[in-house]
Amino acid sequence: MAENRHEQLGLTDEQVLEIYRVMLTARKIDERMWLLNRAGKIPFVISCQGQEAAQVGAAFALDRNKDYALPYYRDMGVVLAFGMTIKELMLSAFAKAEDPNSGGRQMPGHFGQKKNRIVTGSSPVTTQVPHAVGIALAGKMEKKDFVSLVTFGEGSSNQGDFHEGANFAGVHKLPVIFMVENNKYAISIPVSRQVACEKVSDRAQGYGMPGYTVDGNDPLAVYEVVKDAAERGRNGEGPTLIEAVSYRLTAHSSDDDDRTYREKEEVDEARKKDSIITFGNYLRGLGILTEEVEKEINEEITDLVNEATDYAENAPYAEPESALKHVYKE
Amino acid sequence: MPVMSYIQAVTQALREEMQRDEKVFILGEDVGKRGGVFRATDGLYDEFGEDRVLDTPLAESAIAGVGIGAAMYGMRPVAEMQFADFIMPAVNQIISEAAKIRYRSNNDWECPITIRAPYGGGVHGALYHSQSVEAVFANQPGLKIVMPSTPYDVKGLLKAAIRDPDPVLFFEHKRAYRLIKGEVPEDDYTLPIGKADTKREGSDITVITYGLCVNFALQAAEKLAEEGIDAHILDLRTVYPLDKEAIVEAASKTGKVLLVTEDNKEGGIISEVSAIISENCLFDLDSPIKRLAGPDVPAMPYAPTMEKYFMMNPDKVEKAMRELAEF
Repeated sequence: MAENRHEQLGLTDEQVLEIYRVMLTARKIDERMWLLNRAGKIPFVISCQGQEAAQVGAAFALDRNKDYALPYYRDMGVVLAFGMTIKELMLSAFAKAEDPNSGGRQMPGHFGQKKNRIVTGSSPVTTQVPHAVGIALAGKMEKKDFVSLVTFGEGSSNQGDFHEGANFAGVHKLPVIFMVENNKYAISIPVSRQVACEKVSDRAQGYGMPGYTVDGNDPLAVYEVVKDAAERGRNGEGPTLIEAVSYRLTAHSSDDDDRTYREKEEVDEARKKDSIITFGNYLRGLGILTEEVEKEINEEITDLVNEATDYAENAPYAEPESALKHVYKE
Repeated sequence: MPVMSYIQAVTQALREEMQRDEKVFILGEDVGKRGGVFRATDGLYDEFGEDRVLDTPLAESAIAGVGIGAAMYGMRPVAEMQFADFIMPAVNQIISEAAKIRYRSNNDWECPITIRAPYGGGVHGALYHSQSVEAVFANQPGLKIVMPSTPYDVKGLLKAAIRDPDPVLFFEHKRAYRLIKGEVPEDDYTLPIGKADTKREGSDITVITYGLCVNFALQAAEKLAEEGIDAHILDLRTVYPLDKEAIVEAASKTGKVLLVTEDNKEGGIISEVSAIISENCLFDLDSPIKRLAGPDVPAMPYAPTMEKYFMMNPDKVEKAMRELAEF
C-alpha cells in the first residue's frame, strides 16, 4: 500500500479524485483541440499539457467562491477548476459568439469570465501581474478576505510588470499569490537562457516575500504551498512567490515545431513524470482510482468533450457588424 | 463664484469625488504626504488617509496596472503619472490592457480608471518634462483623452472622467496650473466628455485648438478684434474621440481654419482634425487649412532661446490668425 499524502493536507479521497478528474479533463480537451487543429477545424491551439497538476493543485487550494484567478494562456486547469465549462472552452476554440471569454474576439487561451472571477487577459505576457496586485489592493481597501492568484511562465518572470507588481505587493503587504509555472521553455529558449538565478523563486527575496520551489508535477505539493500562501495572504502577511516546476510536453503552440530546438529524448524523459500518469498511479496505489472508477471517469469526460465539440462546432459565429460593439459602454 | 487656479480646480474635483464616492482613490508617486510634486493632491492625504491617497513605488507600469486591476474589481482609481513624459513605461498597460478590456471581454469586464498626467512645455523642463504625449494614445479606440483649458473645464471634466465607465487619460497643462485662473462654481457639476466647446463666437476665421493653446488663441483674438478680425474659437476639450460634428460646424462657419497645438506638427491631433475638415467641408472652405504647431524635432530643448523657439505663445498664434484672415 502506498503512503497516503493527502490526508495530512486535509484532503478527502473524493477531493483528490476530483483534482485528478479536472486534470484529466484539461488534458482531454487539450488533446481534442490539437486534433481539431490538425483537421483544419480550428485555427490555433496553445497547450496546457504537462502543467495540469500545478494548475489544478493551486486552484483547489483556494476558495473558489471568492478568490480571484488571473491565469495565463496555458491555464486550462485553473479556469476549469474556477468553474468554466468544457462547452465554454470549446466555444472559445471555435471562436463562436457564445464564448464567455470574449465572444470569439480573442484567440483560445485568453481567458476571462467575470461571474467566476477569472480576470480577462491579453497576449502581451505578464500584464496580468499588476492587475492581480490591484485586485488584492481593492480587496484590502474594502476589508474583504479574498486572495488573488496570478500565474505566468518563467520567461514572464523577466518582464518589468512581474518585478513592478511583485515589489508593489511586497511593499503594501497585499494578498497576492504569484505562481510561476516553470515549464522549462519560453517558446524555444530554455530556462538556463532566461534566468541567471538558480531558482525563479530566488527572486522573492528582492521583494520581501517568501519564495518556494515545488514539484509542479505533484498537485499535492502545489496544493500545500498555495494553501499556506493563501492563509498568509488572508492573515495580512502579504504575498508569496511560488515556482512550480514541470515540463511543456507539447510544442509552444500549434504553429511551433519544437523538434527544431529540443531533443525528442528530453521530451520522452519528461513524459515519464507526466502528472496524469504519476498522480494517477498515486491514486491507483491507494485504491482510490480503481479500474472501475477510472473507466467511468474516462467515459464521462470523453462524452462531455464530444458533446461540447459538436455543440461548439455547430454554434453560430458573431454577426460581422458586432465587431463594432463594446468599444465603450453603450 | 470663487476664482481659483487650474491646479486648484484639479484638487477640488478630486476632493469632491472622493467625498462623494468611497470607491474613488488616488495612487501615484509622491501624491500622499507630499501632496504631489505640483501639489495637485495637496491636503487630500490628511483628509482621506494613506489608503485612499496611496504613495506607490516608483514604477509607472505598476501605477497604471495596479490601478487597472482595482478598476476591474469595481473601484474608481485615479492614477497620477508625475509627468506625461514618464507615462511611456505604462503604455503597454494603457494600450494593451485598459483600452481593450471591455472590447476583448465582449463587455464582461470594464476598466473605469482615470490616469492624470501633467503635460506641456514653457516651464524650463527640457526634453523630458515638456512633452505633449496625446498623439501616442489618440488612435486607440477604447481610450478617451481629455485636455482641459480652463479651471471651470478642469473641474467639470475631471469629475466626469472619474465617473466615466471607461478609461480616461486626463492631461493637465503644467504651465496652466498656476498661470490660468478662472471662476469655478462650488456646486457639483460635470461636463460632457466627447464634446467640444465654443470659447468665442466669431465670423471671420475659425481657430480649433485644445489645452493651454486655447488661452493663447483667446488672447490673440482679443487683440485682433481691435483690428476688426473676428475669430471663432473651438476648444476640443476631448481630443479623442473627436467631436466631429462640432469640428465640421466650426470650420464651415467661417471657411478659414487655423489648427493650433504645441505638440509636434506631424501625425498629431490637429492632423486628424484637418482630415475631418477635408473630408466634410471642401466646398465651405475659402482657404487651405492651416496648421500651427511645434517643430518636428524630438522634444523641447532646455536653453531659453531654443525653448522659446519651440514653445507656442500668443504672438505666434496671433500672427498665424492674421495671415489666415488676410488670405
